[in-house]
Amino acid sequence: MDFLGLNLPSYSLETVFGSAISGVFLGAIYALVALGLTLIYGVLHIINFAHGTLLMLSMYAVFFLWSLFGIDPYLAMLIVVPGGYLFGYVLQRSVIGRTNHGRDEIILLATLGVSIVLENVALFAFSANERNVQVPYDFDGIDLGVVYVVWPQIAALVGSLVITAALWGFMRFTDTGKAIRAVAKERHGARLMGINVEHIFAVSFGIGTACVAAAASLLAPTYAVFPQVGYLFVLIAFTVVVLGGMGSFVGALVGGLIIGVTEQIGRLYLGESLGLITISAIFILILLLRPTGLFGQKS
Amino acid sequence: MMDSGNMQRIGWVVLIGALLAAPFAISSGRWMDFIEITLFAALLGQGWNILGGYGGQYSFGHALFFGTAAYLQALLQYKLGWSPWLTLWIAIGGSVAVGAFVGFLSFRYGLRGSYFALVTLAFAEAFHVLSRSLVTVTEGGRGVQLPLNQDPEQALATFQFTFAGPFLSEAGYYYTILAFLLIGFAVTGWLNHSRFGAQLQAVREDEDAASALGIDPFRVKMGAICLSAAVTSLAGIYYVQKFLFVDPGIAYGPGKSVEALFAAIIGGVGTVLGPLLGSAFIHLVGEFAKETIGAMLGDRPGVDLILFGIILVLILAYMPRGLVGLLEVLWRKFMAKRGGGNA
Repeated sequence: MDFLGLNLPSYSLETVFGSAISGVFLGAIYALVALGLTLIYGVLHIINFAHGTLLMLSMYAVFFLWSLFGIDPYLAMLIVVPGGYLFGYVLQRSVIGRTNHGRDEIILLATLGVSIVLENVALFAFSANERNVQVPYDFDGIDLGVVYVVWPQIAALVGSLVITAALWGFMRFTDTGKAIRAVAKERHGARLMGINVEHIFAVSFGIGTACVAAAASLLAPTYAVFPQVGYLFVLIAFTVVVLGGMGSFVGALVGGLIIGVTEQIGRLYLGESLGLITISAIFILILLLRPTGLFGQKS
Repeated sequence: MMDSGNMQRIGWVVLIGALLAAPFAISSGRWMDFIEITLFAALLGQGWNILGGYGGQYSFGHALFFGTAAYLQALLQYKLGWSPWLTLWIAIGGSVAVGAFVGFLSFRYGLRGSYFALVTLAFAEAFHVLSRSLVTVTEGGRGVQLPLNQDPEQALATFQFTFAGPFLSEAGYYYTILAFLLIGFAVTGWLNHSRFGAQLQAVREDEDAASALGIDPFRVKMGAICLSAAVTSLAGIYYVQKFLFVDPGIAYGPGKSVEALFAAIIGGVGTVLGPLLGSAFIHLVGEFAKETIGAMLGDRPGVDLILFGIILVLILAYMPRGLVGLLEVLWRKFMAKRGGGNA
């Protein structure tokens, strides 16, 4: 196959289809990571650079729960999700909320500062070595014909969908969810109605962090953890959120799946290394041509 | 009593004089290395400062300009054997071209604030992936290693001072980075006093108001990103001549973008002296940390960056005008106490 002068290898339709399917499983994880980011953006109007670093810390938490106490990574969710919520709540209240001087780039910088601190704390404490969680069902799975899918991939897909649905339900039907939506729409009006806006900001940040903690559990059986892993994921999460539309849940889900599939097919044709260019390319094109994304609202 | 303009001029003469005299006054190699590293980070910060500080366009991907210059400087010597004195012009030109390209797309489509920061980050990451993947052009992840010149006669011709005779081998690289930094100072000083600089700062304060006054924000921002890229490219040229090596992570990884941000923001955005002050401050803190915390807990990576990150967040939260802003406040208090009142 010849494309723009590049001599691309040609693959059977089945191989391409197989890549696309594994892209869906990968994309589900991306969607879950992006879900927290889009929630935080939607409510606080903060682009949280530390999101990937929070994922990295959660992955370390899952790893150490497994290696020190033998806790299964999926069971660890019961510990890391509340832990992530608390960490995010405190982080927003005590650090990030204090740097708000009105310009959004300043907050972006503050979250960058937080991510640098956390990443290097991890580097200092845990060294740069990669660590893997090993579970007995690592390589078991089902054969879909075009591609073999392992149980951790299936768990990631199902888990992501369930968590997205649960978060949607929470936002729709609970009082806290209503308060979060009110603050997202009109923070001054919400304050006048007696909503504690600072508390809601921190709650949203906490829920966003809880989402990455859940993602960390689902990722642990298939991904190695090392201090810089967050940087890879934060770029992908930004791309997903911008593609889906900042603040949109449906956007995060659809965007995650699109990016996952694109990345896998990009890797198939362009190779492991150059394949990643598809993500940067989508990111740049969306930012330039349609910064509101697929499902975002015009501000 | 002297007016503050004269005071400033005297301050500059003293500072530049001290920097020029440093190799004669300081015999400790370790301190000279320290000053050299400080000047290098200050140059990165000054490059960032032109676009971010004076123009208000916060880039998160300034490694783009550092890395492009570094790769051009290294590859043209390595593959084609060209003279470093020729390649440096191409390196500057290449960085400016990348700046013009990124700037044209971003400003043409009206990206502001965080969106501009994100698009520069994405471009830097795209170049990172390309430099790692296009192995036939860039040697890929292995990086480009330039041959070391050991002939003192050829030191100037090869722009390498490691074996350059008694004085140049001690101070050659120091004066190189100092000369580059002085160019950076000259550019920002010019921004303080020129029509273009005033237009750029007007665009930073309020783009709509500036264009109502007949300023073309697109043209002004394009000028700023090209100038910024040119100054940042000097850091890339210095890096390659000094270390004779570049790879994708050094060139386009987040490290250099972050270093540029640190120096400028901690020192004080939109000021001539800010990046040097910021760079000196964080490197002093870094050295101090290595001596104390490193000595206690063993020399492990990460300590200095933990502190830099904390300082960055504290500056953003409590001193948005950076160390220069703090010094100005202290200076004014000092003058008021003396009863001068002409500060």
